Amino acid sequence: MDYNLTHLKELEAESIFLLREVAAQFENPVLLFSGGKDSIVCLHLARKAFYPANVPFPLLHVDTGHNFPEAIEYRDDLVKKYNLRLVVASVQEAIDQGLVKEEKGYNASRNALQTVPLLEAIEKNKFDAAIGGARRDEEKARAKERFFSHRDEFGQWDPKNQRPELWNLFNGRKNIGEHFRVFPISNWTEMDVWQYIYQEGIELPSLYFSHKRNVFKRDGQWLAECDYIPRKPNEAVEERIVRFRTVGDMTCTGAVESEASTLEEIIQEVASSRTTERGTRADDKRSEAAMEDRKKQGYF
Amino acid sequence: MSKEQFDRNGYLNMELLRFTTAGSVDDGKSTLIGRLLYDSKSIFQDQYEAIERASQQKGEEQVNLALLTDGLRAEREQGITIDVAYRYFSTPKRKFIIADTPGHIQYTRNMVTGASTANLAIILVDARKGIIEQTHRHSFIASLLQIPHIVVCINKMDLVDWDQATYERIRNEYKAFASKLNVKDVHFIPISALKGDNVVTRSEKMPWYDGPTLLYLLETIHIGSDQNHIDCRFPVQSVIRPQKTEFHDYRGFAGRVAGGVFKKGDKVMALPSGFTSTIKSIDTFDGEVEEAFAPMSVTITLEDEIDISRGDMIVRENNVPSMGQDIDMMICWMNEVKLRPNGKYIIKHTTRECRCIVKDVKYKININTLHRNEEDKEIGLNDIGRISVRTTLPLFYDSYTRNRITGSVILVDEGTNETVAAGMII
Repeated sequence: MDYNLTHLKELEAESIFLLREVAAQFENPVLLFSGGKDSIVCLHLARKAFYPANVPFPLLHVDTGHNFPEAIEYRDDLVKKYNLRLVVASVQEAIDQGLVKEEKGYNASRNALQTVPLLEAIEKNKFDAAIGGARRDEEKARAKERFFSHRDEFGQWDPKNQRPELWNLFNGRKNIGEHFRVFPISNWTEMDVWQYIYQEGIELPSLYFSHKRNVFKRDGQWLAECDYIPRKPNEAVEERIVRFRTVGDMTCTGAVESEASTLEEIIQEVASSRTTERGTRADDKRSEAAMEDRKKQGYF
Repeated sequence: MSKEQFDRNGYLNMELLRFTTAGSVDDGKSTLIGRLLYDSKSIFQDQYEAIERASQQKGEEQVNLALLTDGLRAEREQGITIDVAYRYFSTPKRKFIIADTPGHIQYTRNMVTGASTANLAIILVDARKGIIEQTHRHSFIASLLQIPHIVVCINKMDLVDWDQATYERIRNEYKAFASKLNVKDVHFIPISALKGDNVVTRSEKMPWYDGPTLLYLLETIHIGSDQNHIDCRFPVQSVIRPQKTEFHDYRGFAGRVAGGVFKKGDKVMALPSGFTSTIKSIDTFDGEVEEAFAPMSVTITLEDEIDISRGDMIVRENNVPSMGQDIDMMICWMNEVKLRPNGKYIIKHTTRECRCIVKDVKYKININTLHRNEEDKEIGLNDIGRISVRTTLPLFYDSYTRNRITGSVILVDEGTNETVAAGMII
């Protein structure tokens, strides 16, 4: 008799195992929640991992102040529905306190500024493990990320000093003041995430589905018209049918023209698409090693 | 995957195969992975354009597929891979996770890491050089880590005029060597990663080879028996006690099945207490299931209230693991600081954690010649040896050859918290 799991079931089992390890090995974990599909899947997996008990840790949202209103609405509904605790770390407050400086110019974004309030919130709340929805298929620097990723007392990641991870034995031991980032869906691809959302019937923010929106083109990328992005004189606003492949800060999350209004249509689109999802993220295009640099400083 | 023929239901029914690639700096490993990704149409346009640009900058004539697997900046600068990187691709039949590890001697540690979760190892041999020391090393590690399937790819066949005699000489030499190792399932494929022959598409240059292409083998090799489905082992991760009125008396044991098949109604025993009970239910968020097998994550409830906590193990009464505090194991040392004879370490085994003392180093293995050196007992970074430890708590274990989950441990340095060794229980 053959006992085999489908690959999605096997990935799910691995992620549930990891989430349970986090709850067992750490005193005060937190789930980083952006309102994007990857963190939504992480939360769904956490609900499965501890069922019938509640998810035993709060959500932490790093709020750039430049959010899509749809994402915030979705977040608040979810918190209410599943009786969760929400902690918000605000970039605006960090700016007001002079901890970070707002970028200037047309491409100004608060995306990179998230690191400081994130680390502040981790320190202030004494979170010792921050669970994130990053995947190894997203980006080169993430291909080498561990499930349990050690951060020093400054929240920094040292790619050359990563603990080896063997079998399913995860070493979460640390000194006081240090913390871990934990990535339970490391082994999932973009397609796996979409398939899983479809299979599980997980609800998503409306941004992921095609809708009419005022957008303008910059460097070959559609951006949403909003108060947070100053437009250059030649950047004309047009109404287009678009959707978003990732949901991040409004200033750096590009829209794609798409008619895909159901999960099935999105899956078809992802299957035939010719650019990676991070191809719509302006923050990665700043330099070839942009993600590696941000990660070392303590980015997600 | 052929994007045009994308089939949703097919995708939901795919299996997962984890494999590792072992090779040396120049034997074309990165090219092979790049070829698999490219020919299986797993490369996106922006990724391809990025390596196209990079190839041109370096003045290379062709698009260098090896650049697809280049990772961190340090590597890009030095042109070498320094750590384990994970890659993903899929075909309509299977999803693949590649643990891409470098092959030079100082990185035995990374190969061991990549091998620990793999179902299959690809070992690359340069057809011009034949079996070399590194081939021995890679094969030994694959056998030590008990990777169930080995595929020896004899690469660069284009540089030996696609010569059958060369291929057969290397194959026979490998078989003779492998007979000394504990490897069960070995396959041989003549390929050219650079030209793409026998990687995804069948070679027209080697009509004398009638076996499968590499991708076909990866898609079809039988992995259903790679997990242990005989010895029931359920290491408990945590106890689930919802503070809710509707589940007032609920007490479930959460964990991931490490072996065997658990069924509702089974008589089971909890270790270390030895108390027995019957499985009342096997719960998941999606409802009860009739049976659970590795690697499923489930929650087990029992008919009787017995005291079980994290680190305990639920097993079948008539099939119990070894239990004890004196344990012999092969280890691979993973840290710059050498093993301290009589040193104390934290030992992690399944969900159990305690301390141990290294009682004895029995021998060190020369991983190129497989010679056991009983004189030199200094175990440093990348060394492999046999040790005996005594643990502060009893462990419930199987030999690593019987079960890779209940037979494996890691040692952690108490001072630095670093993972310093991987151990395989004998």
